[in-house]
Amino acid sequence: MENKLTRNLYKVPYLLWILLFVIIPIALVLYYSFFDIEGHFSLGNYQKFFTPVYLQMTLSSFWYAFLITAISLIIAYPTALLLTKTKHKQLWLLLIIVPSWINLLLKAYAFLGIFGTYGISNSFLKVIGIGQQQILFTDFSFVFVSVYIFIPFMILPIFNSLNELNPTLVDAAKDLGASKWTTFRRVIFPLTIDGVKSGCQVTFIPALSLFMLTRLIAGNRVITLGTAIEQHFLVTQDWGMGSTIAVFLIIIMVLIMLLTNTRKRGV
Amino acid sequence: MNHLIRFFLVIALASAIILYGISSLNSSQGYSGGNTLTVYNWGDYIDEDLIKQFEKKTGIKVIYETFDSNEAMMTKIEQGGTNYDVAIPSEYTIDKMKQDNLLIPLDHSKLPNLKNIDQRFMDLPFDPENKYSVPYFWGTVGIVYNPKMLNGKKITSWNDLWNPDLKNQILLIDGAREVMGMGLNSLGYSLNDTNKKHLLEAKAKLDGLTPNVKAIVGDEIKMLMANEEASIGLVWSGDASEIMSENEDLDYVVPKEGSNLWFDNMVIPKTAKNIDAAHKFINFMLDPKVAAKNTEYVGYSTPNKQALKHLPKEVVEDERFYPSPELTKKLEVYKNLGKKNLAYYNELFLQFKMHKK
Repeated sequence: MENKLTRNLYKVPYLLWILLFVIIPIALVLYYSFFDIEGHFSLGNYQKFFTPVYLQMTLSSFWYAFLITAISLIIAYPTALLLTKTKHKQLWLLLIIVPSWINLLLKAYAFLGIFGTYGISNSFLKVIGIGQQQILFTDFSFVFVSVYIFIPFMILPIFNSLNELNPTLVDAAKDLGASKWTTFRRVIFPLTIDGVKSGCQVTFIPALSLFMLTRLIAGNRVITLGTAIEQHFLVTQDWGMGSTIAVFLIIIMVLIMLLTNTRKRGV
Repeated sequence: MNHLIRFFLVIALASAIILYGISSLNSSQGYSGGNTLTVYNWGDYIDEDLIKQFEKKTGIKVIYETFDSNEAMMTKIEQGGTNYDVAIPSEYTIDKMKQDNLLIPLDHSKLPNLKNIDQRFMDLPFDPENKYSVPYFWGTVGIVYNPKMLNGKKITSWNDLWNPDLKNQILLIDGAREVMGMGLNSLGYSLNDTNKKHLLEAKAKLDGLTPNVKAIVGDEIKMLMANEEASIGLVWSGDASEIMSENEDLDYVVPKEGSNLWFDNMVIPKTAKNIDAAHKFINFMLDPKVAAKNTEYVGYSTPNKQALKHLPKEVVEDERFYPSPELTKKLEVYKNLGKKNLAYYNELFLQFKMHKK
């Protein structure tokens, strides 16, 4: 009897947390999405989402999030592989993580200076003879800065799964005559696929709703669903439409989680 | 476990020391209750010497706090729990605050200096008979440009911006009404137009501007223009004067087709605890000499007619910041268009942002 009581007591913090910070907020977002700007109940917001403006916005959010995730992965995997082979791997890992302790806004402002017309990168381009280019407020700068910001989150899970990889398996592959590439393709990569998946999730999902960088680095030339939510809540005060977009983002994110998690480890 | 306990103890101790520090600092400056006045203003929008002068004159201690957007200020006042005695919102926010009963009417008998304000700036549509507000500063929306980068070319009209030579040269402020207003003004329509046909026409015209637009940014525009990142910027006159004090090559113009006229105004929000002191403060700020000193510090245009006499001639006669009466006639104050129209403005603005080059 007492045991059951204490067990139930342990559940309290968890259930309270889930209720207050997960269920109620999502329910509120869903509730607000059914009201138009004048506070009348309507499904108009959902209709509006399926107009070319918002569909195009969804498409471009996906495209940029995909680019950011793919580039991060291409850079992060070899880096993580290299890190596990170094002598002081925890130190090198720490050096990669340190920039993520600095406030995002400060980093974005730093890039304004670096990429500006008279910034360091343009002076460099001039010196090597390419000449001045517009770097700031382009797709390139947006993707570059986003990758820079997300890369620690991609490296960390991949590093962890590589680190846990039993080295005898790699030796075994070698002994059995597998080439380096085959070992990587058939042994190392499949065994670290979970790290890759979680790295992609923690990059792709926040990248879908990036908003501050779209203004600071892309000069509003890139519009994502996150930008639209920000505008609807802060400027227009059309909470209904903002919530509707948020509902679609939640649905998309759940779908992505399901798609990346249910697949069994393939060999 | 011991480490964990020590960790929390250190944090608790540090917080206690900071709290003690704050309270002893406050009491040493005489802020512990009694006759105080809390002023809620935009950042860097008053000459702080004047606050000291006011404290000396009246014996009222002033607590000065700042905000950076009308919306943030309004939310804080709406939620309560604060005791702001004087706040300085822009005109369209006053309209909203009035509707939401967030303002206390002014007692004009306690504001004898109100007579110093230019009659042109009294009794405006957003606050008839100045029942709730007194103008603090005013200004326009216009174009700040760099003649050096434009090879000495002058900008005089909104339509100059559509010149194909200006490819990738324009920075716009991230405001739906400012940018849509530019489109409307360039077509000769009113800034407060709600006719859908006119608005669509303005949006189509703005789409034609995209090859020239380098970026649509927020407050960074000041830094970017001063650093010569672009040669032309759509800005508020206040920002323009700030940019021009950083980079003297730049010039500001209010386009000849007309533009927006804006006001920041002193009000007493319903959170006020010391209404008498609030009136004293407002009246003090309306004093010609005080207003002149404040204007010299802030650099915006003062609505105080008597204060102009105490300002240097080159300031008062600068038509960029004190436009001629003919041009002033073409300037319009934003009306509160209601949520629905505002949403439509924002929708079109969003579409304009998404329009690819």
